Amino acid sequence: MKKLNRFSAASLLAGALLSSLATPALLCAQQSKPWEHIPIPKLHAFNPQQPKRIELKNGIVVFLQEDHELPFISGSVLIPGGERDADTSKAGLIDLYGQAWRTSGTTKMDGDAMDDFLEARAAHIETGGDIDSTAVSWDSLKGDADQVFDLAMDLLFHPKFSAEKLQLAQQQEAAGIVRRNDDEAGIAGREAEKLIYGANSPYTRQPELATIGKVTLADLEAWHDRSLKGKLIVGISGDFDPVAMEAKVRAAFEGLPQVEAAAPRHDEFAGPTPGVYFIDKNDVNQSNVEIVGLGTDRHNPDVPTLAVLDEILGGGFGSRLFQKVRTELGLAYAVGGGFGAPYDHQGTFRAEVLTKSASTVDATKATMAEIDGLNTKPITEDELKRAKDNILNSFLFRYDTKGKVLDEREKLEFYGYPADYLETYHAALEKVTLADVTAAAKKYIHPEKLAILVVGNGSEIKPGLDDLKMGAVHPVDITIPMPAQPGAAK
Amino acid sequence: MHNRASLWFWKSFSLMLLAATALTAARAQDLKSFEQKITTKVLPNGLTLIICERPEAPVFSYTTFVDAGDVNDPSGESGLAHMFEHLAFKGTSEIGTTDYAAEKVALEKVEQANNAYEAEYLKPVGRDPKKLEELHKAFVDAQAEAHKYVIPNQFTEVADANGANGLNAETGLDSTQFYWSMPENRLELWAWLESSRLADTVAREFYKERDVVIEERRMRTDSDPVGRLTEQFLATAYVAHNYGRSSIGWPSEVSQITATEALAFHKKYYVGGDIVVSVVGDVDAKTAMPMLEKYFSKVPGGPKPEDMTTVEPKQFAEKSVVIREQTQPFYIEGYHRPSYRDPDDAVYDAIQDIMSNGRVSRMYRSLVEQQQIAAEAEGFSPYPGDKYPSLFAFYAVPLPGHTPAEMRDAIHKEIDKLKTADVTDAELAMFKTRARADLLRGLADNQGLANALAEYQTRYGDWRELFLQLDAVDKVTKADIRRVANQVFVASNRTSAEIDTEAPATAAKNDGGAQ
Repeated sequence: MKKLNRFSAASLLAGALLSSLATPALLCAQQSKPWEHIPIPKLHAFNPQQPKRIELKNGIVVFLQEDHELPFISGSVLIPGGERDADTSKAGLIDLYGQAWRTSGTTKMDGDAMDDFLEARAAHIETGGDIDSTAVSWDSLKGDADQVFDLAMDLLFHPKFSAEKLQLAQQQEAAGIVRRNDDEAGIAGREAEKLIYGANSPYTRQPELATIGKVTLADLEAWHDRSLKGKLIVGISGDFDPVAMEAKVRAAFEGLPQVEAAAPRHDEFAGPTPGVYFIDKNDVNQSNVEIVGLGTDRHNPDVPTLAVLDEILGGGFGSRLFQKVRTELGLAYAVGGGFGAPYDHQGTFRAEVLTKSASTVDATKATMAEIDGLNTKPITEDELKRAKDNILNSFLFRYDTKGKVLDEREKLEFYGYPADYLETYHAALEKVTLADVTAAAKKYIHPEKLAILVVGNGSEIKPGLDDLKMGAVHPVDITIPMPAQPGAAK
Repeated sequence: MHNRASLWFWKSFSLMLLAATALTAARAQDLKSFEQKITTKVLPNGLTLIICERPEAPVFSYTTFVDAGDVNDPSGESGLAHMFEHLAFKGTSEIGTTDYAAEKVALEKVEQANNAYEAEYLKPVGRDPKKLEELHKAFVDAQAEAHKYVIPNQFTEVADANGANGLNAETGLDSTQFYWSMPENRLELWAWLESSRLADTVAREFYKERDVVIEERRMRTDSDPVGRLTEQFLATAYVAHNYGRSSIGWPSEVSQITATEALAFHKKYYVGGDIVVSVVGDVDAKTAMPMLEKYFSKVPGGPKPEDMTTVEPKQFAEKSVVIREQTQPFYIEGYHRPSYRDPDDAVYDAIQDIMSNGRVSRMYRSLVEQQQIAAEAEGFSPYPGDKYPSLFAFYAVPLPGHTPAEMRDAIHKEIDKLKTADVTDAELAMFKTRARADLLRGLADNQGLANALAEYQTRYGDWRELFLQLDAVDKVTKADIRRVANQVFVASNRTSAEIDTEAPATAAKNDGGAQ
């Protein structure tokens, strides 16, 4: 299967901007625009169903989202604390924990037995870990929901970590580590983030054979005990009776001690050292170019404006990057970019273009020119209107299913945002003016602070990266460190 | 092990209860309830419209399913169907242009210039470099002239500005699919956009887009070790049928596709009889159907074009591909199997499920958990397509220190077990339960449902087969699995491909242990 546009699913919002940038003279000519004569009736009234929020005395928060369309019930417990909070010398701990937690099972039922039990019912219980959280989640047909819930709670409260399953997880992780340099896009993404946050930042440090080899069963147990003391967020959706479900969840969680607040993080990032960085990969014929800097975090009141600016720069088919680098120049299939705005730490600015080796310099220059152009080629009212239309008219796809509404509420609860964040955000987007985006471009777009990373085939990149005229090219070593004794990872 | 054995016994008892649960569940969302919600209509031009009312939120999703893919690319033009898919986003005579009459003339000149340039370029002897350069310049100039009339990406901009979500398209070997979701009040606008681009595609900016598609090839195939391997694997497994041909296109062919060829493909395959359009969401069929009919009647009529008649001859020799390079090892093998219309189709699904689905699957338990030689191991089918006889494939990703040869041996042992002993009652029941639950789970998603309805309508002539397939699933027996395994998984029907890791030319920087 081939995707037409690999960014359409991944980017913050799909995008469009004005063609007249490329061909300014043309809008006066033309066009009967038949589509503009098609009536657009008033949208059917829609009040998305909010989940019921219950705050237990101990501080644990529960969301119940009834949905009777299909006979399924699913749930999750979101647990604060993730890889960024773990011991640096054991990078990869949370991945191993996320795997071994479930595959080990509980004191009553080991992981293999749990697999048999669940799969026979087309049911699932899974655990996993992320940069800032871990979670257990489950889903099953309604008729099996009580048993599956009990089993999930057993896994949450009485896991029995197994040495055998930790070793299995370590082997899986090791396979990923030794294979990571086969994936060009993976290298580019990973190394770009390192340039921005620093190689040893909690957000970028890599699991290595040595670090995963150090992780012990005691580490997994200690992590589990520690993270369970945090503010858990329980979310359940599906075909259940709300009174019975509330009683069940209260019974499971009310007895826990008062939750402990997480220590606030104080992440500070210097951002990349400007310049050109190069990783030579001799088995490819296409370069992955990343142009990177620091972004912002979601508390910043400029975020709605930056979302509009993103849409103009690199959001989708109509964005300046897509129009210029892909459509007009034919230099790339994949091109895009914009600001990241995570909920609780500073994000990145990234523009990416994948182009044949020989056009690496041309495509990089063209992409850089569009970034720079946000300050030098004035943004027009038409661009602003299109960007806002794109975002606002597709906004309801953020809450068009009960599941999405629940997910959003859990996320806002987790990061401490108000429950009406989406409404506030929508209202702010509506108010963004041309003066706002122009000012935001001035404030946030600083080409001189950006670094350029190229992963590609050095023997084919002609003209060479020196032609970017950005000083000496810094080679980046991505050799995978091998432990002194082979097999030490076990 | 003791623990597991006791569970099996207990499980086989509880499975009977389980099957009953699943059946009750299915009843709530069964075929009858969908018959109430679904309206279909075949238009005089042969195009089939399906509307499924699901007013959960004021949105809809659609899929346009065209029963033509890269398997239909003419000889020497591999990648054409995919190239056309890209073209279908370039607008029509009404959208994307400032002056279509003038643009049409300019585009004809582009074709002439390209033909002249290509003729010189492809001369086997006596190519004149100076002439070639002039012709290339003329070609570039002609494109620039045509570009003057273009409003780039206007089609997608109008869709995006009206709230299109998840806008994309996919070309497979068997079919081409276009899809997105939109607020329900844009239904008519969507119908205009979609029917216009199906009926009235203009080969605008074609040669720039060809460069874009070649970049897509570099990303998916050339610069990805598994992409390179699977292209070679399929090219080796097939000697006659187009399933063996690079679906994104061989470089020398996709780089020579012309706009004229793309439009000829459109004319032949984008006819009513070849197209199903399904819409799922907050749509009232009573008012929507006549409106959709009005727009989609624009699509040219015509019967389905004749089907491919090439049949892959029976394989009688085992074949293998070995790539020696510095990337990490990988192993895949495949066996020819019949198409989706074969009465045993559900038996292959059962084999896939039992071998590959989740941590209970045989390959995971054996290669990953017990022997600890692989990071991943699965069997999957049909591959690379389903419309024509395809492959049942198995792959495994070796753990550090393990080799493709070990993967092959371990996979063969698991296959032998399928051939020599029946699967268990529990395994068979689990397959049936999961098939039913997976179908149900898919019903609450507008886009997923739109895709499935359109695909089943195309493949079986009736969307109801999406539900009726469960009958075939229920009928699969242990004997069927054993019979099919013995029939298909034999050495003379096998093609394998692997990456054997070569040491780098220079010594590794750090200490050994590298592959």
